[in-house]
Amino acid sequence: MTINEALPLAVLASSLLPGLVIFILPEAWIGTRTTLNLFGAVAKLALIAVLLAGVQAGEDYGVRYAVLPGLDLAFKADALGLLFITLSAILWLFTTLYAIGYLEGAPHRSRFFGFFSLCVTATMGIAMAANLFTFFVFYELLTLATFPLVVHRGTAKAMRGGTIYLAYTLGGGALLLTGIVWLHHLLGHSEFAHGGVAAALDVQQYWQLKIIFLLLIAGVGVKAALVPLHGWLPQAMVAPAPVSALLHAVAVVKAGAFGIVRIVYEVYGAEFAQSLDLLTPLVVAAAVTIVWGSLRALFQDDLKKRLAYSTVSQVSYIALGVSLFGPIGTIGGLVHLVHQGIMKITLFFCAGNYAETLGIHKVSELGGAGRRMPLTTLAFSIAALGMMGAPLTAGAVSKAWLIDGAQAAGKEWAIWVLWTSSLLNAAYFLPILWRAWFGKRPEAWPQEHIPARSWRETWWLLLLPPLVTAAATLAAGIFADSPISPLAWAKLIAEREYSRATPLSTSTF
Amino acid sequence: MIDPLAWLILLPLAWATLAFLLGPGRGAWLGIGGLAGQLWLAVGLAQKVGAGGRAIGHSVGGWGAPLGIDLAADGLSTAMLLLTQIVALPLAIYARAYFKADDPAGLYFWPLTGFLLAGLNALFLSADLFNLYVTLELVGLAAVGLVSAGGGAQQIAAALRYLFATLIGSGAYLLGVALIYGAYGTVSIGTLLPLITAEAPRLVWIAGGLMVLGLMLKTALFPFHFWLPPAHGGAPAPVSALLSALVVKASFYLILRLWLGPFAALADTAASLTALLGAAAILWGSYRAIRVQRLKMLIAYSTVAQLGYLFLIFPLLSGAGALQAGVMQAFAHGLAKAAMFAAAGVLIKATGQDRVDGLAGAAERLPLTLFAFGLAGVTLMGLPPSAGFLAKWQLIEAALAQGQWLIVAVVLAGGLLAAVYVFRVLRQAFLLAPASRDIWPVPRTLEWTAFALAAMSVLLGLRGLELMQLLRAGGAA
Amino acid sequence: MTSGLIFAGAGAALFAMGVAGVLLIEHLLRRILAFNLMGSGAFLVLVGLAQHHDAPDPVPQAMVLTGIVVAVAATALALALVRRLHGLTGSLELPEAEDD
Repeated sequence: MTINEALPLAVLASSLLPGLVIFILPEAWIGTRTTLNLFGAVAKLALIAVLLAGVQAGEDYGVRYAVLPGLDLAFKADALGLLFITLSAILWLFTTLYAIGYLEGAPHRSRFFGFFSLCVTATMGIAMAANLFTFFVFYELLTLATFPLVVHRGTAKAMRGGTIYLAYTLGGGALLLTGIVWLHHLLGHSEFAHGGVAAALDVQQYWQLKIIFLLLIAGVGVKAALVPLHGWLPQAMVAPAPVSALLHAVAVVKAGAFGIVRIVYEVYGAEFAQSLDLLTPLVVAAAVTIVWGSLRALFQDDLKKRLAYSTVSQVSYIALGVSLFGPIGTIGGLVHLVHQGIMKITLFFCAGNYAETLGIHKVSELGGAGRRMPLTTLAFSIAALGMMGAPLTAGAVSKAWLIDGAQAAGKEWAIWVLWTSSLLNAAYFLPILWRAWFGKRPEAWPQEHIPARSWRETWWLLLLPPLVTAAATLAAGIFADSPISPLAWAKLIAEREYSRATPLSTSTF
Repeated sequence: MIDPLAWLILLPLAWATLAFLLGPGRGAWLGIGGLAGQLWLAVGLAQKVGAGGRAIGHSVGGWGAPLGIDLAADGLSTAMLLLTQIVALPLAIYARAYFKADDPAGLYFWPLTGFLLAGLNALFLSADLFNLYVTLELVGLAAVGLVSAGGGAQQIAAALRYLFATLIGSGAYLLGVALIYGAYGTVSIGTLLPLITAEAPRLVWIAGGLMVLGLMLKTALFPFHFWLPPAHGGAPAPVSALLSALVVKASFYLILRLWLGPFAALADTAASLTALLGAAAILWGSYRAIRVQRLKMLIAYSTVAQLGYLFLIFPLLSGAGALQAGVMQAFAHGLAKAAMFAAAGVLIKATGQDRVDGLAGAAERLPLTLFAFGLAGVTLMGLPPSAGFLAKWQLIEAALAQGQWLIVAVVLAGGLLAAVYVFRVLRQAFLLAPASRDIWPVPRTLEWTAFALAAMSVLLGLRGLELMQLLRAGGAA
Repeated sequence: MTSGLIFAGAGAALFAMGVAGVLLIEHLLRRILAFNLMGSGAFLVLVGLAQHHDAPDPVPQAMVLTGIVVAVAATALALALVRRLHGLTGSLELPEAEDD
């Protein structure tokens, strides 16, 4: 086995092996568990750094393994996959730190971190999948690995949330499987390739391709929370905050969105999908989700539920970008995959901080929280402003590109959708900020678990991650033009995708 | 040179007899040692068949057909032999630790299991219809004996129901053999193959129908499944595992053999009906599994449902891939169901009760067992990575290729229904448990063998190549 | 109608009666008798249908002998189980199946 083959497997192993060991660790071995966790996270980042350098230099990473005659498990590391991997790995490190702090003293931590590691392994597998079969294997593995995290608390409410989660995700999985097997049957394989593979089929089979597209998108759309398949997301808020952060910024919803990107670009190909008129229903579904999610968010008093609906809305920006035919929209969608991840995880970290420190779960209880927890609220504000698309934030960059993309694709109505969403975002975030900074603080907080100590409003393990990701939100916005920003990367991917059809001139950018 | 065919039957007969002579409750190590030998023989046979590409034969005592007994092994039978030994060996290790010294249920477990295995091996190796009848009866009687061992009134009643059902099944089969002999003057499968064409007399149709119906009764296909839940649900865990994983597969194998072999020309009309019954089995079995209160009953009804998948392949056998899907499903279910019953046995021993909602406390202390149950459940649900997923993929692909959309829908629905009853049990692992639950200690061997079986079903899901090659090279059917 | 066919026909009828008996009769001993009837019916068919050869055909006779041995074993097992059930419950009928 060569280095180029071993590296993708090593990336998987860097979270799988520690995870398996953590499962059997006694509950009390906190030090060992923490070391394993962090070791895995750092090792993964190191391996990914090597991958990045290699791909930059033109190296080819991939490995293939036959499971059945004609059916291979195949991994590759390409630009798009690496975008997702890097995002996941970096955010995993911070979520791990956060979770260690958040779950201090909680029961079943070995079980939690074991499944946590399995989740990340599954996400890596999804990102590195080189064909739909491999994608599906890790996609369902993600479902199985996240269920124990959603029901971690073991209450009746948690079990109910978990049941709904399973119902949606397994149902989506069934649809996805049908589409994949059908496509595999038609094509003889299900490999991903730049520019898509479906165009190789006969014209007579195009009607089948349309149905398959519907099945595939519906299948990944459950995790991507496309309306009307989004119902599980608010219910899954019953999970502990690190899980919500992981699910909503890194793993599950991003996996769904990533699936949409892969299907549109690397199974069908953007031009082919456009020629079959498949992108229009997708862009409509994305638009509906964007508006509906934001509307529902307005009426939620529970903070995490409000953020959940906000996620429903924001992840569809990615779908919108992808389905706006043209490189600019693509760039907007892809860069938002990263930006939304950073911003949303910040928001969930902060929501978790409020809950852990002061027992605040509702927006109505946030009065004066900003003065008691200024650093957390600062991070929250930055991320919220990013969601609104305020200048200097990452969100502004994504919004700009998406609006330009809609313009270029001739879909001006999408611009209205984006502006409406920004206004709605302001409508449900600004009151929170106002209340937190300027509201009257109550007599006593609902449940002050963690007392304030000088400037440390809460444990530093809970403070550090949101501050770092909030800083990243600003950095991604301010330094968007640097060659190592997510934006530059998105441009690279879009260039490779569209270079077949239209040679991109540098003046476009 | 050791002839694997003869020794695969002789070895279990030998250690079963020895175990009986040793006295009640003895014979565990004989059994485990014997099974290890059998496994070695089966693997050797698989290598030979897989490489040689043709069926291997043996005439018992040097006397060939029609008076003598011919044994033959092709790809399909070798695969089933492998499955039998691979599942039985961990179960034997499990059973040794499961039965306490003076447990009435374990008194004659070893001789009976040995006879059961001898019968199963002989069944997979038989090449004529009448010898198949004899082996069917041998398997049936041994299984009934195992079910009834050491039980109370309910278990004896379940064993009697099973006995009557299995006797009617083999009786119908025998009548079919009689009619075939009357029509053609031979019972050798190889000789009958070219003789039975689409213009065969009505008698042959009736014979085929009788035989298949009798075998369906023994495989507990809906609506003939009534005897299975009480028998599998009431027996001791190792017995339930052997029965659900292996015994019902034997009669299914026979149906497949007849369908693909002598009765191939007559099969088309019955195929849709069979698939319909299979679909009904999946839906009804899953429904009951979701509703029952006792853990072993849940798993038994799950068997009823999973057997339905096996019958969905019959309308698809004319195209490629269906047989492979069926064999993969047989393997997946065999391994997973054995693991599940083994895990259930551990849970029941630990909590001293067998209700599903009484498991909450035990789940915490027995994480390995719950994990084994979970892995087995993943296979039954057909989720990756598992052999059940590969079987599902192959089945859906075969159905799609022939435009059988209903079968696809049934397969998908079955997977979702399986998720409902599997998670009924798994959620107990996560529920907050009342602190006052008493947990009896359980030998570690039990947990590890359950886990080994479950792990095998997952590992097969990562590498199905060799199995498919065996089927193809050995010229299945 | 040859004698062989008469035997075969009678065998089929016996078989059907036997099956009906096993399925429908409640009393366990009678069910076992019905099973034996069913077996005899099958054997009769086997021997009867083979009668149209001029010389006696040894193969079906060997098969019937084997079948009789199997039937005896099955009957013995059934009787042992019925006896045990009777010892436990005092009844010669199967109790209601506990399906939960």
